Amino acid sequence: MKFIVIVLMFAGVPAVAQTQLSSISAEVEQAAREVGKSLRCVVCQNQSIEESNAPLAADMRRLVRERMATGESRDQVLAYMTDRYGNFVRMQPPLQFDTMLLWFGPLIFLLAAAVGWVAYLRPGAKANVSLAPLTEAEAAELARRLESGGSA
Amino acid sequence: MISELGLFALILALIVSIAQGVAPLWGAARGQTRLMRLGASAAVVQFALIAIAFMCLVWAFATSDFSLKVVAANSHTLKPLFYKISAAWGQHEGSMLLWVLVLSGFGAAIAVFGNNLPATLKARALGVQGLIGVALLAFILFTSNPFARLFPVPAEGLGFNPLLQDPGLVVHPPMLYLGYVGLSVAYSFSVAALIEGKVDAAWARWVRPWVLAAWCFLTLGIMLGSFWAYYELGWGGWWFWDPVENASFMPWLVATALLHCTLVVERRHALVNWTLLLSILAFTLSLIGTFLVRSGILTSVHAFAVDPARGVFILAMVLAASVGALTLYALRARRLQQPPTFAPVSREGAILANNFLLLIACAVVFLGTFYPLAIDALSGDKISVGPPYFNITFGPIMLGVTALMAFGPMLRWRSDAARPVGGTMRAPLLIGLAGGLAAGVVGHSIAGGLGVGFGILLVVAMARWIQVRLRIGQVQPAQSLFLARAFPRSTWGFLIAHFGFAVAVLGITTMSVWETESLASMQQGDSTSFGSRTFTLAQVQTVKVDNYDAQRLTFIVTRDGVPEDPMITERRYYPERDMITTEAGIRIGFLSNLHLTTGEDDGSGAFAIRITHHPLAMWIWSGAVLMALGGFVSLSDRRFRIGAPHKVRVPVAAASAGAGA
Amino acid sequence: MTPQTQAHAVLPKWTAAIPAILLLVIGGFFAWGLTRDPAELPSTMIDREMPDFALTRLTPEREALTKQDLLGKVSLVNVFGSWCSSCILEHPQLEAIAESREVALYGVDWRDPPGAGAAWLARYGDPYLKTGVDGDSRFAIDLGVTGAPETFLVDRDGRIRFKQVGPITPALWADTLLPLIRKLEAEPR
Repeated sequence: MKFIVIVLMFAGVPAVAQTQLSSISAEVEQAAREVGKSLRCVVCQNQSIEESNAPLAADMRRLVRERMATGESRDQVLAYMTDRYGNFVRMQPPLQFDTMLLWFGPLIFLLAAAVGWVAYLRPGAKANVSLAPLTEAEAAELARRLESGGSA
Repeated sequence: MISELGLFALILALIVSIAQGVAPLWGAARGQTRLMRLGASAAVVQFALIAIAFMCLVWAFATSDFSLKVVAANSHTLKPLFYKISAAWGQHEGSMLLWVLVLSGFGAAIAVFGNNLPATLKARALGVQGLIGVALLAFILFTSNPFARLFPVPAEGLGFNPLLQDPGLVVHPPMLYLGYVGLSVAYSFSVAALIEGKVDAAWARWVRPWVLAAWCFLTLGIMLGSFWAYYELGWGGWWFWDPVENASFMPWLVATALLHCTLVVERRHALVNWTLLLSILAFTLSLIGTFLVRSGILTSVHAFAVDPARGVFILAMVLAASVGALTLYALRARRLQQPPTFAPVSREGAILANNFLLLIACAVVFLGTFYPLAIDALSGDKISVGPPYFNITFGPIMLGVTALMAFGPMLRWRSDAARPVGGTMRAPLLIGLAGGLAAGVVGHSIAGGLGVGFGILLVVAMARWIQVRLRIGQVQPAQSLFLARAFPRSTWGFLIAHFGFAVAVLGITTMSVWETESLASMQQGDSTSFGSRTFTLAQVQTVKVDNYDAQRLTFIVTRDGVPEDPMITERRYYPERDMITTEAGIRIGFLSNLHLTTGEDDGSGAFAIRITHHPLAMWIWSGAVLMALGGFVSLSDRRFRIGAPHKVRVPVAAASAGAGA
Repeated sequence: MTPQTQAHAVLPKWTAAIPAILLLVIGGFFAWGLTRDPAELPSTMIDREMPDFALTRLTPEREALTKQDLLGKVSLVNVFGSWCSSCILEHPQLEAIAESREVALYGVDWRDPPGAGAAWLARYGDPYLKTGVDGDSRFAIDLGVTGAPETFLVDRDGRIRFKQVGPITPALWADTLLPLIRKLEAEPR
């Protein structure tokens, strides 16, 4: 069965991957599409290979489907492409030493914001409030008391 | 001849902008009113001159004057007039001219409408605006002259990218420029305030409408770009986290934060330094965006013709404007700093917290966009950051923003207690939780459940807010209606805009998580089913129109046997550009869109057909339009508030209900 | 409780300078970014062994290029296609390289339907000692090719030592490739 699938793959002229639909199962097609969406097209560098019209992208799509039809996992296919094109081809950058700042950056920002929040708002929260201008309610109350002779 | 006039006008504009940049700043420093007033006249004259130059360029395009380089490179006699004219701002030089036109337009507006401003503040703001104009006009005249001549004059232009011949794309750049160039007003006023050494409520009252207007246009501009991508590009994508998209999105995030903290400065005279900082940051991001598109440091589908020499000039401008203003901030901010006048749990606190989240979101987008550049510089390693990164990091932050939007308006100014608010919010929280769980379980998606849950939380929280304000259920309906009529426009604006945000959150979540598609290889006469619908390829035609040839596929669509409107998709070939585009057939609906595209004919008459179902897609752009609408409604309120306050007759009951607003 | 009458500094003084410093650092990166091309992808195949490949014949009479042909000598493997306009620009330089006999020149006809490559070579001249056709990009992807023309310099052991993206110019040949070829030839067997 696998052999027939592979032969059928070779039989077509380079074309849009969709035409090979009939020869692989729907689950594999679905999984392959997911993998394709996370691979960057090296020609039109701002699209995934699933979206790109470039001929090389079509060939890559077919290669992805082929490999997944033989049972390779998503990680294996990604590793195969990364081995040949570098980390650039991954839409989601890998977690490695030089991408630590990228992945932990958001947490660091949150922490910095929390620190800033505490530094700015905590010191004598009650005392801070007393420096504020009067609210409308307080101003109305003050006016009322003044009018009534200031006996409060 | 007309082009000579245009070039001359530009040169004059540069001279005038130098005057506008220098004289008022000098005059304000020395207290010389004549020099200060010169700023206002210079601003108006500069705008008039640039407008003349712009109209000359449009004329050159409209008449297909191929003696100008830009016209020869970007236009064609066969193009419809509408697109000939819009080509005037569809390339680097013309769009820079539009940029500086908008900049000078805002400067002239400050000059004309700013009569009740303190003279020194107005002069200084105009001065800063003028200096920005000097830099940009110099850039245009020395590196990107739209009136540069071409000799010998070609008989025909090089045509134009067919993808750009579209009404949405005609309006998209002007909207964007009105947006992020409009942020220059906040920047100029902030630098002026730093020079002056003081900021008061009048300052905020003056700056706020400009920030709001810029924000509205920026929202519309980004929305137009996204919607255009959806219906024009062949695969139904609407946001790609492309560097240039991010470059317009970052100022939007900061402008949203700025919008809300100017409110706090005006009402409560707090967060002054923060507001100044954000104003500078917002415009800096606009400038960085301009740099990004034209310098070629990052690959993007949006980039104009790349020229590192121009990039150097723009970078110098960006750094001068940003580092200059920020250094001034570092030196002067101390004078303006105040201790916080509010408790952590309060309206101001919620706004500040939301500001922090929006800034973090902006920082995350910035990090993702520029990290590849930094890594390449430091280690030579080439990585790329795509949508998966942004979805994982940006999404949760925006959920936090949504939650704060739900709680914040419930809190009182200055200080509030958490418990009573918690009580009021119980219903929205429970309904949001229920909705989110239902969506998550039925739709098998945690992300989907979260997005839907928070979106519903916001909507119900707003309904609760209205209920509390109008005392629905506590007083007679007529009384509630009366209270509603007493709402100032800015309250309506707030309601519409926040509701629009919730709609957009729901649309984005649903579309991203639950879109489904079907692929089929079809020949004429074949049918395929998708969901409850059947699609039959009824007709394949070859059509020749204007400057393209197309293969048109017509589909008959039936749902449960009942026929619906046919759907058409095309593959177009543009011979001059040797370019193929796909026109998707899109059926727009309130609850979902159907999106139909075809791949190429594989030689045997079979086409690769892709049908996609996009649930709640239109909510994304409708939500954005609602946000902008809310902003405009709020703006319409402003006009009556600038200057002396005026008396409004409001009954006592409404006053005490409105006191918390 | 007595309200404080004097405003006090909330955050340390130096924090106000952070934004300006950050912008300067970012500006530095931008300035650096102006000096390079972001679309350029460095090759991951340098110093690695040429992968095994199976190419189809250009014409029925001619044998296809195999990995065996590359072993034992320094060679240049040039990826081209009849659809590629830059390849026409590069062609004279390839003919000059073939004539100079400094290195063994082989061709890979990429993404061409049967017959197209042979017709193109017949029209422009065939500088290659041997050619093979890679119709479905299998070999190209194994090499990490992103477009045509691309050329790989392979040493005697079949290791890729240099990759050129884009046409080979006379300057590139004289200043970079030729010295490198001589150096590889001089390496002990």
